[in-house]
Amino acid sequence: MKLIKILKNSFLVLLACLALSACATKKVSTQIQGDVYTGTDTVEYLASGVPDRVFFATNESVLTTASRETLRKQATWLRKNSKITIVLEGHADERGTREYNLALGERRANAAKDYLMTYGISSDRISVLSYGKERPVDSGSNPLAWSKNRRSVSVKAN
Amino acid sequence: MFIRLLLLLLLFPSISNALIEVDITRGNLNPLPVAVSPLSIDEDSRKNFKDILKKENIGSEISIVVENNLRQSGLFNPLNKDAFLQKPDIANLKPRFEDWSLIKAQALITGRVNFVDDKLRVEFRLWDVLAGKEMMALAFTTVPNNWRRVGHIITDKVYERLTGEKGYFDTRIIYVAEEGLKTNRIKKLAIMDQDGFNNKFLTLGNELVLTPRFNPTNQMVTYLSYFRNLPRVYLLDIETGVQEVVGDFPGMTFAPRFSPDGKKIIMSFAKDGNSDIYTMNLENRIVEKITNHPSIDTSPSYSPDGKYICFNSDRSGYQQIYVMKSNGENVKRISFGRGLYGTPVWSPRGDLIAFTKLHKGKFYIGVMRTDGSGERLLTENFYQEAPSWSPNGRVLIFYRETKTNSKGEGFTAKLWSIDLTGYNERMVLTETDASDPSWSSLLSN
Repeated sequence: MKLIKILKNSFLVLLACLALSACATKKVSTQIQGDVYTGTDTVEYLASGVPDRVFFATNESVLTTASRETLRKQATWLRKNSKITIVLEGHADERGTREYNLALGERRANAAKDYLMTYGISSDRISVLSYGKERPVDSGSNPLAWSKNRRSVSVKAN
Repeated sequence: MFIRLLLLLLLFPSISNALIEVDITRGNLNPLPVAVSPLSIDEDSRKNFKDILKKENIGSEISIVVENNLRQSGLFNPLNKDAFLQKPDIANLKPRFEDWSLIKAQALITGRVNFVDDKLRVEFRLWDVLAGKEMMALAFTTVPNNWRRVGHIITDKVYERLTGEKGYFDTRIIYVAEEGLKTNRIKKLAIMDQDGFNNKFLTLGNELVLTPRFNPTNQMVTYLSYFRNLPRVYLLDIETGVQEVVGDFPGMTFAPRFSPDGKKIIMSFAKDGNSDIYTMNLENRIVEKITNHPSIDTSPSYSPDGKYICFNSDRSGYQQIYVMKSNGENVKRISFGRGLYGTPVWSPRGDLIAFTKLHKGKFYIGVMRTDGSGERLLTENFYQEAPSWSPNGRVLIFYRETKTNSKGEGFTAKLWSIDLTGYNERMVLTETDASDPSWSSLLSN
């Protein structure tokens, strides 16, 4: 089942790449990999070299390799700045029903929280807030905009 | 707002099978031609109401409310008043049926308005033009400000007499009024009459509000508010403006609805990445956990007898619709078509569940039977969701976002209604952009 899904996803990506290269807009294909946003357009930094957000595939809350790397940087930074508390704001794209997306945003933010906790950050310092699809960062209605909006953002709370 | 309407039954003739009837179970492509004669009014009454209501002729105004309601229903075709031959006052006494059948009217509504003891007294009659018979006659007395409601009640009575089912016109819609950029949308609770009039904002827009839903038994509303950045389910009394948080949950509560008896709120509570369904009894504040599953369980909605709950879960891997007993036992998946399914809402008639479906980049509003059979998609669009039933279970109201240019930039969000038959899709006019509509019960009966 999982394998079929992966195959299906890679097939879709392949199709997308073909379609995009045909249109000669290669920029997009380098910013989405396997349905996950890999660009830096919307990313802000908690400190130098510490990106504030991670991105997800459609309907997924699994952390990618890049997301885990970002969260490890955040954990290192949080360990150095032990007074700082953060809110993990979980978001979904507009291609879902409102209530399900609220739950999905919460699930995504918690995936990030769990990972930070395994790197030694106390749960007391992390709160979670889901916005569902209510606060997109990109107002567009296209795959690139949606990929930027499927995110969990770590926001300094103090 | 709860103004008592004095209902006087003047006459109620026995139903003869020769009388006209409207079939509402099929898409009605031949709406019944009906003549709504302006309600007649004497000169003194007209002047009195003009002073109070600033309306030149309140009799005509009420008949326009009736006419618009009938037209919106898609079942009736109100005829152009210019063609009417008989004067309103005379028509109300004794219609000349030949005159009305000449303009192809099959039903005729006449009436009279009086100013009595500072009150508005309205009587109206419904006539079967072909049979040459009076079908019903009723009179109401109320405060003048209630004149639009009188028009809605007349429509409900006419609708019920001609279709055999309760109407849905003397009702209100609570919804979310929207403005501003998509990335920082300002949302307020708002309430209006079913036809878009008497709009009122209930919150100021300082915090994000979502998914208001009416209590089916009174004028309470439950909704989600991000007050102080803590998304929680709230209860609001729209008469007094008093609001309170529902329960004491250490995390986000959302997707609230009332039980059919209005005594419980059912909702989701999200904790540690898992959303389950809970109820809270509003009388004794007892909280019960209904589902217990590591997947997302949300959007619960009771069957009208309160014995079952339909809800949305991704326990199969993706969003699907499930039904269970109200104590959480016997969970059964009922949606098996292609695509994702969300926002199940049980019909007040009990026989159908309305839903939003996502398939291949399109959103559909549809209905299925409560065992999942007989799926029927009523409308397809780029983005739409959140159906809510009219109290008689014949019409669905939902919201739709429309792109304002071909590049997919910019958008408007509006409320739309559609018949259960899939016909008669109409935009519901709102002052601002709008989403998340919820239809009230009938205010009067």
